Amino acid sequence: MVAGTAQLETVESSDELLVAARGRWDITSVAPIEQRLRELRPGPTVAISIDLTQLEGLDTIGAWLLYRTQRDFRVAGFTAEFRNASADHLLLIEEVSANDQPCEIEPSRGSPLLNVIRHVGAGTTDIAAETAELLGFLGNIVAATAHVLARPRRLRFTSLVYHMEEVGLNAIPIVCLISFLIGVVLAYQGATQLRQFGAEVFVVDLVAISILREIGILLTAIIIAGRSGSAFTAQIGSMKVNEEVDAMRTLGLDPIEILVLPRVLALVISLPLLTFIADLMGLFGGGLMAWITLDISPAVYIERLNQSVGLWSFFIGLIKAPVFAFIIAMIGCFEGLKVVGSAESVGQQTTRAVVEAIFLVIVFDAIFSIFFAFVGV
Amino acid sequence: MVDNAEVIIKVRGLTNQFGRQVVHDALDLDVRKGEIIGVVGGSGTGKSVLLRTIVGLNRPIAGTIEVFGQDVEKPILGEDQRRPQQRWGVLFQDGALFSSLTVAQNIEVPIKEHTDVPQTLMNEIAAYKISLVGLAADAGAKYPSELSGGMRKRAGLARALALDPDILFLDEPTAGLDPIGAAAFDELIKRLRRALGLTVFMVTHDLDSLHAICDRIAVLADKKVLLTGSMGEMLACDHPWVHDYFHGPRARAAQIA
Repeated sequence: MVAGTAQLETVESSDELLVAARGRWDITSVAPIEQRLRELRPGPTVAISIDLTQLEGLDTIGAWLLYRTQRDFRVAGFTAEFRNASADHLLLIEEVSANDQPCEIEPSRGSPLLNVIRHVGAGTTDIAAETAELLGFLGNIVAATAHVLARPRRLRFTSLVYHMEEVGLNAIPIVCLISFLIGVVLAYQGATQLRQFGAEVFVVDLVAISILREIGILLTAIIIAGRSGSAFTAQIGSMKVNEEVDAMRTLGLDPIEILVLPRVLALVISLPLLTFIADLMGLFGGGLMAWITLDISPAVYIERLNQSVGLWSFFIGLIKAPVFAFIIAMIGCFEGLKVVGSAESVGQQTTRAVVEAIFLVIVFDAIFSIFFAFVGV
Repeated sequence: MVDNAEVIIKVRGLTNQFGRQVVHDALDLDVRKGEIIGVVGGSGTGKSVLLRTIVGLNRPIAGTIEVFGQDVEKPILGEDQRRPQQRWGVLFQDGALFSSLTVAQNIEVPIKEHTDVPQTLMNEIAAYKISLVGLAADAGAKYPSELSGGMRKRAGLARALALDPDILFLDEPTAGLDPIGAAAFDELIKRLRRALGLTVFMVTHDLDSLHAICDRIAVLADKKVLLTGSMGEMLACDHPWVHDYFHGPRARAAQIA
């Protein structure tokens, strides 16, 4: 079908303005004549005729334009009539005229300045409310854990193993790759700096201490927050949208016990293991780079490792893992359960979950640093 | 009513299969211009799959589908031809409105995409469509999550009608509506058909709708269209499922109404 064109011709005589509509008036063709119709102004005459003799096609949009033109003329105090309209045309025009009901397209937004102030205020109260809610959620998890501990058979074992595979096993390749590369980068950067003082061998100390104490666990936690924390929010969030969570409640099932606990537990178990792997890969990358750029042989590297790095450096990294895992999983599930209504909300909550989890992980890392400095390890 | 009218949707030898489950096996169906056809069938007989296949959301394993005489699988060359997407409107079961846009903006989406209508006229068109489907004026600025199920359905219909389509596909339009709302919806479809010359392809379970507005009924069973015809022909058919469907207690209630 070839889209036709809509035409408009006006003839003004002494006693009337004749508006002739020609061609097809439909949604694909009316754009060019819309402005002209709006600007039609009869001169001294008070009678307007809209002639439809040569109108070849009309849809509701064309009919709307005809009706609107007639209405506007009448409002302005003219008489406006259609001439030679077919029954079909009149039916459409009548249909359209019955539905002349203007409406708002989007909610009014108010003044921008006031909105900024309102936004800041709402944000502040939100943070307070969110913190309180998160603490409440923590309490829920603790209570559910106690409940399950009293009756261990209530633990969803299949779900636990499934989530351990998802967040632990399947994350190994990416965790390995990234920590290996960071080990390489650290050793290379350290080597260039330390070579100036002839202290090349301290590269081993640099790599080992930074990887074991901080980078191994922090990097793994951040990867997992992005990879699994977000997945938790999205999974639980879509279940929320789908009313699955509500269905659970009506069936007497506790969503915390069924959805949250297995995920939290899976991550608390998996993250220390992933951290261990990340530590190994980081040290391996550092060692490889030290061998290539500084000629520190693997034997020397391992000996130096034994001398300079105490067992505590390794444990300090690992101790933090379950705590970070708990934070990531708790935030992920919490934001998932806060999803309301639509798919858009799932996206928003997922973003929040990742940002909050990474933020809290870093805050807690700082607290750990202060604590370990205080106790002197 | 329109026996020798032009065939607007022509389905031939359609076969659909998911995994090992065959849903349609060499299914044929004709939809004529200007009619309201109701597709019925038991759960899992592939009513919705048929609708989705016709509008191109599901690729069949075999068979051809022609809409407006054109194979829907073949790309359309040339700028001056309207694509079938501009000539049909689809109403999904729960409206499928874009949740980040208001109702009025939802209606404007297809108009913006396919035409160069100025914004002011577009707003007027949106307002008209909102009124046309029986929504109150304040619904325009609302987001889909603020609407009830019935209102979302009406808003979805308004969006389906945005481009003044020739064919309207409805997936269980009256499911989930109260009887008054459902009857009003039937009336609306009937009025729209008369005023806009629509062809309506409707998947439904609603016997009242079938009685009230459908010119023809197509029964899906045994992986094909078992029979098509008027309500009278349905009632006369002695296939066990068709008989149970149109003579059950609910069917009798609908006949009385």
